[in-house]
Amino acid sequence: MLEKVLFLLCLTPALAQEPCFPGSSHAYKVRISIKTALGNQAYVWNDNEMYLFRAAMAFALRSYHNGQEFNVSNIMVCNETPRVSFWFVVSSPENSSVLLKKGDVENAIRKSRNRINGAFLLTDQTLEFIDIPPTLAAPVMPVTPPWLIVFGVVMGAVGAGIIFLLVSSLVQSKRKKNKKTLDEDREDMRGIENGLGCDNLGGVYNTTFSDGDKFTPM
Amino acid sequence: MKLVLPNPGLDQRIPNHEDLDRMEKEEVDDRPKWDNKAQYILTCVGFCIGLGNVWRFPYLCQSHGGGAFLIPFLILLVLEGMPLLLMEFAIGQRIRKGSVGVWRAINPYLTGIGIASMLVSYLITLYYNTIIAWIMWYLFNSFQDPLPWTQCPLNENRTGYVPECQQSSTMDYYFYRVTLNSSASIADSGGLHWPIILCLLAAWTVICICCIRGISTSGKAVYVTAILPYIVLAIFLIRGLTLRGSLSGIKFLFTPDLNELINPATWLDAGAQVFYSFGLAWGGLISFSSYNSVHNNCMQDAVILSAVTAVTSVYAAAVTYTIIGFRATEKYDACISENIRTLLNTFELPEGNITTSNYDEAFNRLNSSHPDTILQLDIEICNMHKLLSEGVEGTGLAFIVFTEAITKMPGSPAWAVLFFAMLLCLGLSTLFGSMEGVVVPLKDLGVFPKKWPHEAVMGITCIVSFILTLLFALQSGIYWVTLFDDFAGSVPLLAIGLVEMIAVVYIYGADRFNEDIRFMIGRKPNIFWQVTWRVISPLIILVILVFYLVTQAQEELTHLVWDPDSEEFPSLSSVPYPSWINIIIFLLAGVPSLTIPVYALCRLIFVSCKKTR
Repeated sequence: MLEKVLFLLCLTPALAQEPCFPGSSHAYKVRISIKTALGNQAYVWNDNEMYLFRAAMAFALRSYHNGQEFNVSNIMVCNETPRVSFWFVVSSPENSSVLLKKGDVENAIRKSRNRINGAFLLTDQTLEFIDIPPTLAAPVMPVTPPWLIVFGVVMGAVGAGIIFLLVSSLVQSKRKKNKKTLDEDREDMRGIENGLGCDNLGGVYNTTFSDGDKFTPM
Repeated sequence: MKLVLPNPGLDQRIPNHEDLDRMEKEEVDDRPKWDNKAQYILTCVGFCIGLGNVWRFPYLCQSHGGGAFLIPFLILLVLEGMPLLLMEFAIGQRIRKGSVGVWRAINPYLTGIGIASMLVSYLITLYYNTIIAWIMWYLFNSFQDPLPWTQCPLNENRTGYVPECQQSSTMDYYFYRVTLNSSASIADSGGLHWPIILCLLAAWTVICICCIRGISTSGKAVYVTAILPYIVLAIFLIRGLTLRGSLSGIKFLFTPDLNELINPATWLDAGAQVFYSFGLAWGGLISFSSYNSVHNNCMQDAVILSAVTAVTSVYAAAVTYTIIGFRATEKYDACISENIRTLLNTFELPEGNITTSNYDEAFNRLNSSHPDTILQLDIEICNMHKLLSEGVEGTGLAFIVFTEAITKMPGSPAWAVLFFAMLLCLGLSTLFGSMEGVVVPLKDLGVFPKKWPHEAVMGITCIVSFILTLLFALQSGIYWVTLFDDFAGSVPLLAIGLVEMIAVVYIYGADRFNEDIRFMIGRKPNIFWQVTWRVISPLIILVILVFYLVTQAQEELTHLVWDPDSEEFPSLSSVPYPSWINIIIFLLAGVPSLTIPVYALCRLIFVSCKKTR
C-alpha cells in the first residue's frame, strides 16, 4: 500500500513535468525545412532558433488573447529530431499545469502566421504546422477579364476592315459603272464625229415632197 | 496504254490548247489571278501545313518507332502524295475551273466527285473552325500574368482547391471546365457556353474578312499566316534547346526502332498522314491551281510542295519534342523531390540526407529496413518514359501538355501568345483552302444567283456556318468535334481521292493528260509518274481505305469523356456512343462518299427520262 502511494506520488510530478508528448491531444507538430526554403543561405537550427520559435509562439498567443501575458516559459517543446521537427504544447499563463486547447492555439497561429513565417524567412510550405492547413491565397482575378479586352480589340479591327472592304468595293463598282456610261456616250459621239451626222449635212429642205395639206384645205 | 473508258463530247466541254493560249494572251476572262508565284506557293504551303503537322505527325513518329517512321512516311510521300498532288495541280491548271467545274467538264456524270469534295470540305471547315475558336480563346487569355491556367479556384471555406481541379491538374481543369464546361457524354448536351460562342463569332469573322474577295484578300493574308509559324517554330527551337531535358525529348522522338517497320499499322498510319496532310480531295488545290497561268510548271510545284511538307513535319516534330522533353524532365524532378520529401518527413532524417543522386540507394535501404512503413506511404514510382508519352497528340498536346510546359518557362505570357498565334496561323491558312473548296463549287453549282458579288456569297456562307457551329458551343461540343474529326475527315476523303485518280487516268485518259502536261510545261511526265498514276497510287489508297473500313467496322463505337464522377478520373473514361450516333456517322461519312454514285445514277435516270419523252 505504501509503495503504491509512493509510486503514485513519484509518478504525478513526473507526469506533470511531461505534458508534451507526441500524439497528445494538446500538442502540435511542427516541421521546418530551412534548406528547401533558403538553399545556400540556410542558417543552422540551434537552441537560439528554438528560443526564437518559442518567443514567436508567445507573441502569437498574446496577440490573439488580448490581456493574457504569455511567456516563453509557457511554450514547451519536445521530441526534437534532426529533420528539424518537434512537438510543442502551450500552458496557460495563470496556471502552468493547465494546457491550452488545440482550437485556441490553432486560431492564434492562423492569425499571426505571416509574422511567424517572416521571423524565420520561411513560408507556409516550409514552416509547417501539421493539421493546420494554410489559408490559401485566392487566385488573382482582375476586375475586367483581359480576354474580353483583346476580343473587343480584334472584333473592332476585323469589323472595321470588313466595312472598309465592302465600302471600297461599292465605290469601285460605282466608279466602274460611271466609267462604262462615259465610255458608252463616247461611243455614240464617235458615230457623229467620224461619220456624217444627218442633221449637219447642210442643204435645203425640199418642201415639194412634204405634206401639202396646209395649202389645200378640203 | 489505251485503257480508257469512252467519254463522248469531252472536246466540246473543255477549251483546247489553242484556245488556252489565246485566252492567256488576251486575258479575256475575268478569273482571279495570283499576284505572283510566291503567293501561290505560300497559299499551297499554308494549306498543306496545318495543325496536324504539329500535333499528329510527332505523335505518329514517336509511337511508330521514332526515326524509323520517317522511312514509310517518305516512301509513301513520294509514291502516293506527290502523284496525287501533281494530278490535282495539272487538272486544275488545264481545265481552269473549281472542283465541280473540272469534274463536270471531264464528264457530267462525275460532277458528284466535286459535290462530295465540297461536302467534305464544308464538314471539315465546321469543326476545324471550332478548334480555331478554342485557340483564339487561349490566345485572348494569354495576355495576362499569371496565366489563368496556372491557378485552381478555391473551394468554399478557402482551405483547399475545388476537388475537380485538385484531382486532375490546373491545365485539365481550365480546358475541360472553364473553357468548354464539358458534360459527361455526347448524349448530355447541356446548354450553350457563351465564351465559346464569342470565340466562334471571332473565328468566323476573321475567316470572312480574310476570304471576302477570294484570293485577292486571302492571297495577302497568307504572307503572314504561312510565314509566321516558321519563325515561331525557330524561336521555340532555340528556346527549347536551351531548356533542361529537351535533348531527352529529341532522343525519345528519333530513336529508331526498326521492328516497327514490320507492323502494317505503321505503313497505314504513314499513308493516311501523307494523304490528309496534303489536303488532297478537298478541292481547294484544284481551285488554286486554276488561277495559275497555263504554262506554269506544276510538276516543279508538286515536288517543291512535297519536299516542304516533309521537312516542315520533321522540323515541327523536333520542336514539339524539345518542349515535351523539358516538361517531362520537370515533372520527373518534381516527382522525385516529392518522394524525397515524403521519405525525409516519415523517417525524420535531416534535409539533404537524400538527394536526387542517391535517391535510389536510399530508397532501397529504407525499403529493406522498414518495408511496412514504405508500403503505407504509397510512394509513386517516377517513370520518365510514361511522362514522355502521355497526352502528346491532338488537343491534349496543345491545350494541356504545351500550356503546362509554357507555365514552367520564365516569361510565360509571351511564350503563350507566340504559341497560340502560331497555331492560329496554321489553322487559318488551312481554312483558306477549305473555304475555297466550299465557296467556288457553290458558285459553280448555281446555288447563289450569278449577279451576287463574291463578298455576299462569302458573307452568307460564314453566317450560316456560324449558326451551324453553335452545335460545338454546347457542353458536349468537344465530343462532337472528335466525332466529326474521326468520321467526316477520314473515309470520305480516301474514297474521293481514289475516284479522282481513276477518273483522270481512265475516263479523262492518261495519254490525253500527258499531252496536256507536255503542252503546259514543255515535257511529258516520265515513267515514274505514269506508273504511280496508273497503278501504284490508286492501289495504295485502296489498301488504306479497305483497312480503315475493316478496322472501323470491327471496333466498338466508344468515345473518351471527361467525367469527374467516374472511377478513372482524372484519366478520360471510355463511354459507348448512344445508338442514334449511327445515323450521324452515316450522314458524316456515308453521304459525301455516296454522292458520287448517287449523282451519276440520278443523272442517268434524268437523261433517259428526257430521251423517252
